[in-house]
Formats: sequence, C-alpha cells, structure tokens
Amino acid sequence: MTAGSRPILEVDGLGMRFGGLVAVDGLAFSAQRGQITALIGPNGAGKTTVFNCVTGFYRPTSGRITVQHDDGRSFALQSMPGHRICHQAKVARTFQNIRLFAGMSLLENLLVAQHNKLMRASLFTVGGLIGLPGFAAAERAAVEIAKHWLERVGLVDRADDAAGDLPYGDQRRLEIARAMCTGPALLCLDEPAAGLNPRESRELNQLLLSMRGENGLSILLIEHDMGVVMEISDHIVVLDYGKKIAEGTPAQIRNDPAVIAAYLGVEDEETAIAVTTGARP
Amino acid sequence: MEYFVQQLINGLTLGSIYGLIAIGYTMVYGIIGMINFAHGDVFMVGSFIGLLLFLMIGLTAATPLVVIILALIGVLIVAMALTAVWGWTIERLAYRPLRGSFRLAPLITAIGMSIVLTNLVQIAQGARVKNLPPDIKDRLAGGFTVLRGADGFDAVVSYRQLVIVGVTVTLMAFFTWLITSTSLGRAQRACEQDRTMAALTGVDVDRTISITFVIGAALAAVAGVMFLVYYGAIDFYIGFVAGIKAFTAAVLGGIGSLPGAMLGGLLIGLIEVFWAGYVGSEYKDVAAFSILALVLIFRPEGLLGRPEIEKV
Repeated sequence: MTAGSRPILEVDGLGMRFGGLVAVDGLAFSAQRGQITALIGPNGAGKTTVFNCVTGFYRPTSGRITVQHDDGRSFALQSMPGHRICHQAKVARTFQNIRLFAGMSLLENLLVAQHNKLMRASLFTVGGLIGLPGFAAAERAAVEIAKHWLERVGLVDRADDAAGDLPYGDQRRLEIARAMCTGPALLCLDEPAAGLNPRESRELNQLLLSMRGENGLSILLIEHDMGVVMEISDHIVVLDYGKKIAEGTPAQIRNDPAVIAAYLGVEDEETAIAVTTGARP
Repeated sequence: MEYFVQQLINGLTLGSIYGLIAIGYTMVYGIIGMINFAHGDVFMVGSFIGLLLFLMIGLTAATPLVVIILALIGVLIVAMALTAVWGWTIERLAYRPLRGSFRLAPLITAIGMSIVLTNLVQIAQGARVKNLPPDIKDRLAGGFTVLRGADGFDAVVSYRQLVIVGVTVTLMAFFTWLITSTSLGRAQRACEQDRTMAALTGVDVDRTISITFVIGAALAAVAGVMFLVYYGAIDFYIGFVAGIKAFTAAVLGGIGSLPGAMLGGLLIGLIEVFWAGYVGSEYKDVAAFSILALVLIFRPEGLLGRPEIEKV
C-alpha cells in the first residue's frame, strides 16, 4: 500500500476516561485523504472528546491516533504536545465556542498562525532585527497568504479591525481561515455551522467543498446541522455513548436502523427525523 | 522655576528606571497572569553584575570620556545578557514546573525566589554598601545648565541623566516595535489572550513565556546598571524597594499594558521627587502609594489598562 492511498487519520482503540466516566471507549475509525469525514451523534456521545484527543488537548487514556502525510511520514498524535501537532503533524482545529485572539486584528490572527514559518525565516527574530532580506520576504509572503484566506472567507475589507468586533458568522469563518493559515493537512472543525443562519450555512458548505482536496486537504467535521452533514460529507462516523455505532456514506447512514434508534432514543425527535430525511432540523 | 525644572529632570530620570523595571512586571503578568515578585531582585542582580563588570574593566581618572562611554555600553550589553540568563533560569526552575497548578503557587515561589536572590547576593557580595569607583562616577557627573537661576541655583541636566533617559527611550521604542510588529510579539500577544489556542495554532507557548522572562530580566539589568551609575552605591537590598515601586508603577499604568508601565514609572518617579522637593522626603513613599490607592479605588484597571470584561 503506498502512502498516498493510506488514510490521513487513523484512530485505533481510542479510549478516554474522566474518573469514572468513560467518554470514549475503544473507538476506531479513519478519515480518507482529500475527503470530508463527519463525526455525528447525539449530545454527549463523545465527539468533542475525540477531537480534543486528536488535537492534543487531552491525552487519551488508551489507543493510537496516527496521521500519515503524503510523503509517507507518520505522526503518533497521542504523545505529541499541542504546538507540535499543529506545526509538524499539520493538524489544525476550530472550536465549538469561538476562540479567536479577540484583541488582535484579523490580519494578525492569521499571521500568528504562521508564526513558526516566520520565526524560522527571521532566525528567531535576530535576523529580523538586523534586517535580513529573507525576513522581509517571508513576512510579505505570510501577509499574502493571510490576504488570500481573508478573500476566500470574504473578510478582506476588515483586515485591520479587531477580531472581537466581527459579527458571529464572520468570526466562525475567520477561525477557519486562521486554521488554514497554519498550512494543515487535516482540518478539524467542531460544529462550524452552529449559530449560522441558513444563508451563512450554505456559504460555509460552498467554502468547505471548495477547500476539500485543495493541496491534499482533508477535513474532519463535527456537526449537528444534518443539512450540512448530509450535503458535504463523503463519509460519516456515528458515535453514541463513546462507541461507534455506524459508519458509511450519507445514504447508508440515513437508512441505518442503529442510527435512527440512537437519535430516536434521545428526546430530540426532530434531529432523528432530520437524520433519516436529510432535512434541516 | 529653576527648582521646579530641576525636580522635573530628576523625577523623569528616576521614573525611567522605575519604568524599565515595571515593564518586566507587566509583561510577565500579561502573559501568565502572575506577579513575579522576584523581579525586583533580578534588577538588583543586574546592578551587581554591572558593578562587577565596571570593577573588572578598571577605569581610572585618566581614562578619556569616550572610553568610559564605550565601557558603559559594553557593561550594559554584558549585564543584559547575564541577567537574562538569570531570568530564564528562574522561570525554568521556579515557575514552569508549577504552570497549571493553582494560582497562588507561583506567587509563593516568586516570593521564595526573591528571598533566595537577596540572600545569595548578601552571602556572595557581603551586606555592606558597594560603591562604584569614584573615577567613573565623577567623569559622568558633569552636565549642562538648562536654566540659570537669578539666585545662583541652576537647573542642571547631568550626563548620567541624559544617558539614563536616552537609553530608556531607545529601549522603549525598540520593544514597542518588537511587540507590535514582529512575529515574536504577535505570538506573545496571542499567548496573552489564549494560551491554549496559541499552542493549537503552532506557537510554542513555553518558549514564548521564557523569552518574555528573558526580555524582562534584560530590561531590569539596564535599570540596574542605570541605578548604579546614577546613585553610585548599591547593596543587596535595593531590589525590594525598587521592586515594590516598579510594581506600583505597573499597577498604576494598568498592569499588562506596556505604555502603561512606562507612564506609571514616570508618574511614580515624578510624584516621589516632587513630594520630596516641596513637602519633605520623609513621606515620599507614602505619597506614591497613596496615589496608587486612589487609582485603585477610582480606576481599578489602571490608567491605560483595558477593563476586564467577563463574557457570559
């Protein structure tokens, strides 16, 4: 099997316990290269916990999380510190509750995401002090990348405003842009459509579909909005009580009895109907 | 009028020294939310390193002024470098292992670290007051008359005061540039706002915090050498009072704010000097701290600080 055809992310036997509570139990799934993989499940199913393990936020109690790059290098995420996961394993993420650097400008938010590249180019600031030409060029290139992503998310006019002053939907898109500025191979989005109105949600779909596969980008997604999940996912993994209960294409998931039962078993009947019909809840 | 101008000059000089120390407090507070009570003693260590370097160079009364100024620059650079190593070591030994511990833990180790440094220098250098060789002091003592008084009192700016204010302004400009326009500064501000998120965007948070301590210690060393040149005499205990004053300056200006620290330092220096000049030197510290109490009552976030907004 060549490196290119192996999944970008392989999770194997992942377990996470908080004291007596088992949040994730023996979970195994993989995310294919260049695809959008969605992680869905009722509230409290352990989706965000999985994300936190993948991005180094939590150290899993057991199991392996492996990222495999195009060039064949692989990284065992369960034992890497957070900043290395971002900068070496090239995994970036966004949060369910927005965590921008609210006091910094949009442009600066995107430049912080390119910190490592710039620090190397400036020989850890020393080069920048003595005005090495390479430093100025790297800084310009970083600003170009930042501008590119501001254009992609439609915020280029507000580049110098403080990130905290943006309306909610724009902050969500800025978070995605910031994650992209770290140059990720795998982008993990935790409920990117939460709180968006239908038009913003459609724009988000377009953005994600256009990003998928670009420079080999793969996306792992947690989402409650079934309209988004069913429309853009290539592959869906369903969790309930920390365990995988189903996986497959949107069509397969829609008709899976275990999934329907899991969603109908909880109080939120509308979501269950949404899963089965693919409509927005 | 001459008297007023003279006090103004003296106040600005003293305030510059406080401001340089205050930056160390404010930067560390900004990034890890901790008051580094050992910072005043780092200033004292920097001052002693400066003194030892001056003694090693061994300047005499015959040394030309140019050489003395070059020596001063050399001493500043070496003292900054060595004190920075102290700052880095303190953070590594006393604070980093406690990161993620409860809030008071690093505060207590900071106080412990302060006692360690004070006693270390006391044992190593003795408890007596140490003097800068009079040759150096006298050579830098000359100055310009800025305002000639009718009654024979002239307002004078000494070379030492010019050096102190000049170095402070240069360093302030440089560090303001560093914080606002370099990648390192952006990383520092990002860590200030959300350390976890900064790590997830690829910033090495531990290293950024270390660099903050290194910068703070280097600036404290500059303040230490300036203090040495200005007063000509130091002992192992100067870090305590200067540290408390600089901390007051940082709070007065708005802790976490770089321009605030500088402004606070200048204000504390001016208040102290004017109080001593017009009211009497007995209660000058009381005056400085009373102003602090008033600011805390009416503007708790400090003069240039941002009010904390709790988001729901």
